[in-house]
Amino acid sequence: MQIKLNGEFKQIVDQCSITEILKILDLQNIRLAVEVNLEVIPHAQHASFMLSAGDNIEIIQAVGGG
Amino acid sequence: MGQHQFNSRLLVGTGKYRDFDQTREAIIASGAEIVTVALRRTNIGQETDQPNLLDYIPSDKFTILPNTAGCFNCDDAVRVCKLGRELLDGHSLVKLEVLADKTTLFPNVIDTIKAAEILVKDGFEVMVYTNDDPIIAKTLEDIGCASIMPLAAPIGSGLGIRNPYNIVTIIENANVPVIVDAGVGTASDATIAMELGCAGVLMNTAIAEATHPVTMATAMNHAIVAGRLAYLAGRMPKRRFASASSPIEDTISAKP
Repeated sequence: MQIKLNGEFKQIVDQCSITEILKILDLQNIRLAVEVNLEVIPHAQHASFMLSAGDNIEIIQAVGGG
Repeated sequence: MGQHQFNSRLLVGTGKYRDFDQTREAIIASGAEIVTVALRRTNIGQETDQPNLLDYIPSDKFTILPNTAGCFNCDDAVRVCKLGRELLDGHSLVKLEVLADKTTLFPNVIDTIKAAEILVKDGFEVMVYTNDDPIIAKTLEDIGCASIMPLAAPIGSGLGIRNPYNIVTIIENANVPVIVDAGVGTASDATIAMELGCAGVLMNTAIAEATHPVTMATAMNHAIVAGRLAYLAGRMPKRRFASASSPIEDTISAKP
């Protein structure tokens, strides 16, 4: 299925949770936050939250700033 | 501030440094306990062993203050604050900064007020970047912001305290900490802000863009302490003419 990930379309397997996509992207050990369709998804729900086709996912992390 | 207690009155940003090692070294030299970070999209499909800022500035040693820099409207700023709270495991202190214009980086005051209302209702402790406008500052305090952070001069300009009278008026009106955010260029600027009675100063570029950032961070650490002590000491009155410090009488050259 197709999703939008950090502004870019991406093809991923069906039945994919947030935990699984973070693993696929090799981001499982990085401190980050995830938003799906403008809603923040708490870390505790990453394993159970299943993505759907067309979802708009944002993965963010802390960077230098003032 | 709010329920938090800090020993340092200097708050520092993490942008514009050469690398994370220099960032950490400068922050340690500054003595700052509150450290601002920006939130940006994680690079997808690139090397994932890239260093992570929070590994260098750990959130168990510093109070990480996520900012909404780069947001030009209320909705984006609120989204970023919610992501920041999640990133930092429920930590509710945020720096709200809604910008209006890329040239001046002056605040979009209308959306700043809207976002502050939403965030305060949602339980955030909002430290808010705003103009040096005492009326807007009071409005933001009445909404429930934890700290009012007027600019001293445009972000990254290093022009110093451009309108000390407005800063003093904001401080006199406020019942929450007033922190000068943006515009400080060198140590004396930070001292002036503190002598005016500010609760603290937040800076980034003045340290990061110094020729020797770690040395400037040390200077800022001292400057903030010096300014605060001078404020508490109460400066002497200014007078137009001289007032001798040594006795006038009994000088050997005095003629009868």
